Amino acid sequence: MPDNATVLEMRGVDKSFGPIDVLHEISLKVNEGEVLCLLGDNGAGKSTLIKTLSGVHQPTRGEMLMDGKPVNFVRPKDAQDMGIATVHQFGGTYPLMSIGRNFFAGAEPTRGWGPFKVFDRRKANAIAVEQVRKFGITGIDDGDRLVGGLSGGERQSLAIARAVYFGARVLILDEPTAALGVKQAAHVLRIVNEAKRRGLAVVFITHQVMHAMAVGDHFTVLIRGAIAADFRKGEKTREEIADLMAGGESMADLEADIEGYMETHEGHPPPPVH
Amino acid sequence: MPTQSRTAARRSSLGALARRPETGSLIGFVVVFAFFAALGGPVFMGAPGWSSWLNIAAEVGIIALPVGLLMISGEFDISVGSIVPASSMMTAMLAGHYDLPALVAICGGLAVGLAVGFVNGLLVTRTTIPSLIVTIGVMFAVMGLTLGFAVLIKGSTSVSYVPTPMAKALLGQFINNMFNVAILWWLGFVAVFFCVLHISPIGNWIFAIGGDRESARNAGIPTSRVTIGLFMASGFCAAFVGVVQVMTYQQAQVAGGQSFIFNSIMCVVIGGVLLTGGSGSILGILLGTMTFAVVNQGVFFAALDPNVGPIIVGALLLAAVLSNDTFRTLALSAAAKKA
Repeated sequence: MPDNATVLEMRGVDKSFGPIDVLHEISLKVNEGEVLCLLGDNGAGKSTLIKTLSGVHQPTRGEMLMDGKPVNFVRPKDAQDMGIATVHQFGGTYPLMSIGRNFFAGAEPTRGWGPFKVFDRRKANAIAVEQVRKFGITGIDDGDRLVGGLSGGERQSLAIARAVYFGARVLILDEPTAALGVKQAAHVLRIVNEAKRRGLAVVFITHQVMHAMAVGDHFTVLIRGAIAADFRKGEKTREEIADLMAGGESMADLEADIEGYMETHEGHPPPPVH
Repeated sequence: MPTQSRTAARRSSLGALARRPETGSLIGFVVVFAFFAALGGPVFMGAPGWSSWLNIAAEVGIIALPVGLLMISGEFDISVGSIVPASSMMTAMLAGHYDLPALVAICGGLAVGLAVGFVNGLLVTRTTIPSLIVTIGVMFAVMGLTLGFAVLIKGSTSVSYVPTPMAKALLGQFINNMFNVAILWWLGFVAVFFCVLHISPIGNWIFAIGGDRESARNAGIPTSRVTIGLFMASGFCAAFVGVVQVMTYQQAQVAGGQSFIFNSIMCVVIGGVLLTGGSGSILGILLGTMTFAVVNQGVFFAALDPNVGPIIVGALLLAAVLSNDTFRTLALSAAAKKA
């Protein structure tokens, strides 16, 4: 399989907070037009890793490269200026503001000149609706609608469409499907595919293996701050990935344990461990 | 089908109305005004009635505007209560005690407000102390400084000053012996704040900061600068009211002005601004201020026991918050249903 051009790369990155080492020798590549799925259980270091990618934290050791050139992000703004956009679960949208106003928060289109600059509501609404619809959210046709009235999936899509419109090249999606229902999650996954089709490099953080399998080209499993596995699409089955994420403790074993207990205890599940 | 499209159109215009944050405030104002118009009769409906509530509305209204913007951005400003007397005292001291020109004295008074606002803004943006606490602290500090300097320089807690005719005409005149010229200033401030919040891009920043400060900062909005600017605006407006009071009453007192704290917040909340930020409008704040002033003065014209006034204001506040919540839910669900 020919590799697409690498946009963002980490080489042997360590991150420590004082005496606590959180990330150990992380090396990964995010390629153009590909989705890199970052899998890992809670506390595996996923958040620290994406915060390092997006310039919130600086690596303690190791280097980061953008288009093959070393970069040093001192603030999140530096990463943004290089085209790295992070979309959090509900971040980046303001429920009591209209779609148009949300879309252009911080980069408002204006009419007029000098101190008499006027927020161009019509233009903002038109562009916002057009961009969101391009991502397949056809239910949105009125830029004056409040974002709080949209579904979780639509809000995610709005945030992603916004990042893409403002020139993002690397899209970091932090658990975008975690709080969503099945239908809404499918919606967001379609958006991720659309972003990929447009040639964006996507980092998709999740602990839902199904969602990762649906869009991912490349998978990295993080356990206790280190890369435990790194493989391409089709190289591992769903069960294998789930087992990896659970830290080697096989999910199948766990299931067998519970079933065994139920068989010998008249169908009652084992009492919860305290 | 024509019938169907007509219902749809009506529903969407109703939805659009419900979506406006000031709908509840408008209903509140109409109800309250009708109530006192019925009880107060022709005197309340005539010039004496109108002037009495408009004069009250103008003073509290000038302060309620920036306090409302701050609340939309998620902050409180309690310090306005001590900026009003501090700026009065500064103006009266410069012009009345040191005999400086009126213009210098006025600028001095306004500068007090800007300076206190700047300190508020710095403390709120540079520390993690909530603005409610910061501005309470600053309020007491300013109160103490005002008293201290007044006693130190003048040896008294009040300073009198006879304004020049020009200053009096611009800032402290009663038109027709009834309407304070401050009413016109108030309308001017309304226009300026309307442009800032609803027409300029800065308004969008203010809403975004109140909605989610972290996301707003990530979107490249200069959140600290906007917050400091808003605190300076509220300091300036409170100081302006202080100057107006000197020109109107020809005297500055070290105390007084405390009533502006709760009254300005009340006007803003009755006007449909969300206490936790992110939502509100200038038209709403204007209506909230008018409602508050009508209740405040209407009680006297309605020949009710004056003690009834605060009860009505209190009930009104609760009703306003309830109805605003209802309208907000309506706005959100109206948007969802249209899909």
